[in-house]
Amino acid sequence: MDKMSKIVGIVDWINGPVVKAVDIHSVEMMELVEIGDDRLIGEIIELDQDRATIQVYESTTGLKPGSYIYGSGIPLSVELGPGLIGNIYDGIQRPLKAISEHSGNFIHKGVKVRPLDGQKKWPFSPAVSEGDQVGAGSILGVVRETPLFEHRILTPVDIEGTVEFIQPEGEYSIDEPIAWIRTLQGSCPVRMVHRWPVRLARPYLRRLMPEEPLITGQRVIDTFFPIAKGGTAGIPGGFGTGKTITQHQLSKWCDADIIVYIGCGERGNEMTGVLMDFPKLMDLKRGRPLMERTILIANTSDMPLAAREASIYTGITIAEYYRDMGYDVALMADSTSRWAEALREISGRLEEMPAEEGFPAYLATRLAKFYERAGRVQTLGGRIGSVSAICAVSPPGGDFSEPVTQHTKRFVRSFWGLNKELASARYFPAIHYMESYSEYLDFVQAWWTRHVDPNWKLLRDEAMQILQQDYKLQRIVKLIGEDALPDAQRLILEGARILKNAFLQQSAFDEVDMYAVPKKQFLMLRAIMHFYHRASEVIRAHIPISRIMQLPVINELNRMKEKIPNGNTDQFDLLFQQIDQCMEELEKESMAIL
Amino acid sequence: MNISSMNSSLTAGSSSRTAGIGVLGKEYIGVSKVSGPLLFIEGISGIGFDEVVEIRMKNNQVRHGRVLITSRTSALIEVFEGTGGLTISTTRVRFQGQPLKIPVSTDMLGRVFNGLGIPIDGGPPPIYQEKRDVNGAPINPVVRDYPEDFIQTGISTIDCMNTLVRGQKLPIFSGSGLPHNELAAQIVRQARVRGQSEKFVVVFAAMGVKNDVAQMFRQSFEESGVLSRVVMFLNLANDPSIERLVTPRSALTIAEYLAFEHGMHVLVILTDMTNYCEALREISTSKGEVPSRKGYPGYLYSDLASIYERAGRIINCPGSITQIPILTMPNDDITHPIPDLTGYITEGQIVLDRELAKRNIYPPINVLPCLSRLMNDGIGADKTREDHANISNQLYAAYSYVKKVETLASIIGESELSERDKKYLEFGKMFEEEFVRQGQNENRSINQTLDLAWKIAAKLPIEELIRVSEAQIQKYYPKKTEQDEEESCLTD
Repeated sequence: MDKMSKIVGIVDWINGPVVKAVDIHSVEMMELVEIGDDRLIGEIIELDQDRATIQVYESTTGLKPGSYIYGSGIPLSVELGPGLIGNIYDGIQRPLKAISEHSGNFIHKGVKVRPLDGQKKWPFSPAVSEGDQVGAGSILGVVRETPLFEHRILTPVDIEGTVEFIQPEGEYSIDEPIAWIRTLQGSCPVRMVHRWPVRLARPYLRRLMPEEPLITGQRVIDTFFPIAKGGTAGIPGGFGTGKTITQHQLSKWCDADIIVYIGCGERGNEMTGVLMDFPKLMDLKRGRPLMERTILIANTSDMPLAAREASIYTGITIAEYYRDMGYDVALMADSTSRWAEALREISGRLEEMPAEEGFPAYLATRLAKFYERAGRVQTLGGRIGSVSAICAVSPPGGDFSEPVTQHTKRFVRSFWGLNKELASARYFPAIHYMESYSEYLDFVQAWWTRHVDPNWKLLRDEAMQILQQDYKLQRIVKLIGEDALPDAQRLILEGARILKNAFLQQSAFDEVDMYAVPKKQFLMLRAIMHFYHRASEVIRAHIPISRIMQLPVINELNRMKEKIPNGNTDQFDLLFQQIDQCMEELEKESMAIL
Repeated sequence: MNISSMNSSLTAGSSSRTAGIGVLGKEYIGVSKVSGPLLFIEGISGIGFDEVVEIRMKNNQVRHGRVLITSRTSALIEVFEGTGGLTISTTRVRFQGQPLKIPVSTDMLGRVFNGLGIPIDGGPPPIYQEKRDVNGAPINPVVRDYPEDFIQTGISTIDCMNTLVRGQKLPIFSGSGLPHNELAAQIVRQARVRGQSEKFVVVFAAMGVKNDVAQMFRQSFEESGVLSRVVMFLNLANDPSIERLVTPRSALTIAEYLAFEHGMHVLVILTDMTNYCEALREISTSKGEVPSRKGYPGYLYSDLASIYERAGRIINCPGSITQIPILTMPNDDITHPIPDLTGYITEGQIVLDRELAKRNIYPPINVLPCLSRLMNDGIGADKTREDHANISNQLYAAYSYVKKVETLASIIGESELSERDKKYLEFGKMFEEEFVRQGQNENRSINQTLDLAWKIAAKLPIEELIRVSEAQIQKYYPKKTEQDEEESCLTD
């Protein structure tokens, strides 16, 4: 960044991460600047004649009025190229591993380290020949970024023309031109690396319908409240309800090609947990360590606040970059509430008029703009890729009526409401079936019909019915107790109990249970529903419910999640037989009485 | 005074009143405005943000402060010891040119300091090895080591159901009049890493606590013979409230020094965080900031995080910092901003319950809203026992059902309950009386605790135990005869 030498203004006033400057000249709105002797990184967020307001991404302790401000001529951008995968960055894409080697265990201000390694040689193989016509998004060549991941080097969005020169197969660093393209404006070099402004969505050809489910292996999500590839989901929940565990589970098991995990204002130890676990866990699809498909962005709660605001843009820009190569990317942001609070704090220091609960009035617009960057698209190069955004929300006091949750609800299409009561009974995932919804059900139905079973939706709706009736009945049970209900209604309670214990509840720590393939999910649900239907018949034959509740097969149902492994779905036939057998016995009994 | 008034006076430069530039920085005589804990000074230049200042009064008494907002010609300063007695014309302000630093040294062990790190036990200032910025710096997440060493506190509800691990931050959410101090003192007395005899070094920071509470802690440290391994920072209820903003930071600065420079295992007790937050609100209101919930500033979360996140372990460093912040929930409301934001940052919480306390159950820990996020990594076959996670979940599931049954019983009467529900009620009573309740000096080993857990779980019909595996039932479920004997003992 040698361009960073031009003095564009002088610091006048400092209040935490907000700095006001005077004598400002030749800077743009949203331009990246450096401040003072420590060269703190900041961004221009307001211009008023020769005065400017800057939000600073590092601690301003010790910064003095009168210090110089240096311009860069470019907006806040990220560096995109091979080497992103497996890395951990702070909110403005500074590589934390390299920083720790550079300046030790604690993060001090003013550290400048390049996001990508400029020395490393990457194995490149060309995909075009000289004389070929290329346009924005065409693949020029590929790089093995990890042993099984093909990083596609694309023609930049503003270049169209004839390949004049392309490097032969070999190892190159990211800064070496790998191709020259003759355009109408002349010859342009293309490197493996380029910069992109974080606040600008990367272009694509057109949007596609979100038809394919993002399979997560979590039953309550896949079966009850699915999310599609390119979809958006919000996970609101008070503290301790399992937002982070749910997001970790999804980043571990969902069938995306790339995971971008943003720890936005959360705990340092959680990022450490990911850093320690992911290299050891294997990706189900590729059989390689999960870290080889993961990119981490960490702005822990003790790191500078303004960088928290930037972190989710840094994350989604990287996600879009991999989408453009034709991959399915899943972005996890934990938590957007911290991002909103950062907005609020900056807004407060700018003395803007607050709207609800002190949040600025533009909160909803910003949220909408962010969520709309998710989607399933046809890229400029004609490939199909997607960015799915799954974002945690931390409502104060667990109260979903607060502004961030409410606005999030407007822009996401899957809503997984976490419930405190379920969590305190150690019932996980604590996604409450009555508070949650998914608008993707109808979109993904065709996929389930094609790949699993045509009756999937029917069965799912039926199970949902039982849960709904149970929810209503529970209010009565609270007043008069379960025993006072007629047997038919008690069966609904029992059915719902089995659904909750055997199906919805899923252990993140049990080897077998932590991931369930769609086929297993379907068979489990079918087994429970089969039991329920057979039991209804038996009840109609005047067998008391107490007899049904004593059946040992209930225990089998409760334990099938951990007893029947994913591959071994034949065991379900046995379970069906067991159910039929014990029900027949009960029926025989009733015949005998008659 | 507020920020905008300060803005308008930015350009109103007055004549320079520099009295002289000493070794320690620039000194000015006279200030423009004194308001609440804040001091406004004009006609100055080159004052850094967050710089520390020394304020000398007419009678040569010295106070300390910190720059909150700075501009080219003026600065807004918060005064830690309060502004009483300051004058407009004779107050001398010396800017130190650096953020607030406190001296750190291993000689600080066994000593008592005020919130700013000045000794108040009558002894001489300790010979310090270096001076450190009280604000610290964020630990790079890359070098953090995941906390996973089980700490045995000897308290069943914590060890079994909300396990504390080394490097964790686990607050106690309490209410006024509940025995949170006694509980914290008991943890300090009993905490051990299993299989190691080494005791913790304790850094104790009191913010706005009563004199006798500080005394109680001191006595408890003395009795358990750890006093020489304790550093105390006292800001008592009658001490200036703004000093509270620095107290936890001073404490954590020395804790970091002992842990990461000298490889000690440090247990930090912060009490009472509610008083800290009140002081923060006071400053924020004086500055005229836009308040968020209940008048607390919008940055309460990040401010608290800058304290709580200073716990943990670092790869290749032998030491660790374990934090037990204590806070009293105003009106016992867990959704109040202070406990709420704390819970979002810390790795779980221990919640004390007034109803249990009224029934004279000590420690009155209500396990249902409690949580230890790092528990799963600190327990298991090689750390505690292989059944630990499951039996704990079983107790949670069963006890939360007990609460439902109790509500039902209060409506339809206990006798109308089903047999199954009656069993649960019986389980609930035994759980509270035998598992939760224990003596202030009762130190249960983890094996004792887990065996007790099984004994109580066995009150339930065996088919209700669906959170434990069949193999574990085989191994740990108490044999019928023993259980019967115990039952008969109980009824006696």
